[in-house]
Amino acid sequence: MDNFEPKIVAFCCNWCSYAGADLAGTSRIQYSPNIRIIRVMCSGRVNPLFVLKALTVGADGVLILGCHPGDCHYIEGNYKTLRRIPLLKKMLKQLGIEEERVRLEWVSASEGAKFAEVANNFTQTIKDLGPSSLGPSKQNSQEARHG
Amino acid sequence: MAKLKIALYWAASCGGCDIATLAIGEKILKLAEAADIVFWPVGIDFKYADVEKMPDKSIDACLFNGAIRTSENEHVAKLLRAKSKIMIAYGSCAYEGCIPGLSNFYNRQLTFERVYIETPSTDNPEKILPQTKVKVPEGELEIPEFYDTVKTLAQTVDVDYFVPGCPPEEKTTWLALEALITGKLPPKGTVISHSVKALCEECPRTREEKKVKKFYRPYEIIPDPEKCLLEQGLLCYGIATRGGCGALCPQANMPCTGCYGPVEGVVDQGAHFLSALSSIIDSNDPEEIQRIIDDIPDPAGTFYRYSLPDSLLRRARIK
Repeated sequence: MDNFEPKIVAFCCNWCSYAGADLAGTSRIQYSPNIRIIRVMCSGRVNPLFVLKALTVGADGVLILGCHPGDCHYIEGNYKTLRRIPLLKKMLKQLGIEEERVRLEWVSASEGAKFAEVANNFTQTIKDLGPSSLGPSKQNSQEARHG
Repeated sequence: MAKLKIALYWAASCGGCDIATLAIGEKILKLAEAADIVFWPVGIDFKYADVEKMPDKSIDACLFNGAIRTSENEHVAKLLRAKSKIMIAYGSCAYEGCIPGLSNFYNRQLTFERVYIETPSTDNPEKILPQTKVKVPEGELEIPEFYDTVKTLAQTVDVDYFVPGCPPEEKTTWLALEALITGKLPPKGTVISHSVKALCEECPRTREEKKVKKFYRPYEIIPDPEKCLLEQGLLCYGIATRGGCGALCPQANMPCTGCYGPVEGVVDQGAHFLSALSSIIDSNDPEEIQRIIDDIPDPAGTFYRYSLPDSLLRRARIK
């Protein structure tokens, strides 16, 4: 699929990765425009539900970006993420969703270049994977109780 | 006061919910005083045609158990919705999809192949699969269509109340019936249970610190009868499950499996259990975390045991 431009949601923690994205911007580093950033206070705030929701409403991939292990503003929030994401991926695989569509990376406030590299690399991964089999148009037409 | 008219129905279910309605014991006499049962396939010989002849909204309440898996389930759900003033999704199958909903990991074709061809006890050399229509000398026969995806009752018709449980406990059933009999009905959409909080609130086990180095399956250990089962490494679902049952399974030394559904206000019980469970893993080393996670052989089936059709994803994607 040549013209496929994936929609990618990136959950960035307030203290490291969002600042990293900001640095990428102020440093005028070009990175893939497919990334939609959602700022959260901590990567540990990213309930697996958020990832599932993003995938069901049309995201082709979800990035979770947090502080490097040991650097969490809340001491151990990112360790919780470190434990959650592998289990989430294992579960997604069982549900027929490619585990590559979800990726956890550590990006510090000083790593603007790494943010851009992660964004570009992940976008390429999702482009290679193709559009997600989820998303609103692929959902059953009947509305869920939860909308 | 005129007697209430009550209908009971079973769709894709095991029949346990029908038994659970009888488990109210001598209170059934109070029910019989207050209500007439006008339709109950498992107990009374009424036909669908009899229901079709009833005027719309002539049934006061319908206790509908079972998920929606076939065109027959869907047809009767719509029929009973039209005839009933109050529609109650009774039991986990109608409420969340439950065990029949686990077939959403597959589709019709895969389910049929397994059930009618592959199972070791099946002898079907001609590989005959159910067809909706078949010609016989007497004419054409039609059976209901089997759907690819199991749905909950609320995904099929408008539902007024939900009664959780696989099957609902006697006191939960009575809470719903009592509300009907006395006319003191909660707001529409209420999940009728004695608790809106997590099961842990009513579990008598002692809780200390939740840090787990290894997860066990129930047959692998004999758990301490006093300590929190989750702290002992059993996948006890109490932290993500609505209370109201009285924590019966943990008191019998078995972990909660989550049949009372999510706590009040929670969407997608499985994702919340995943979130809570993984955060108690006692390791910060990615390789060790992976090893601990490998102890959970079937996370999706465990986390969505009762709620796959009601989850955000609703079903597995089949390539």
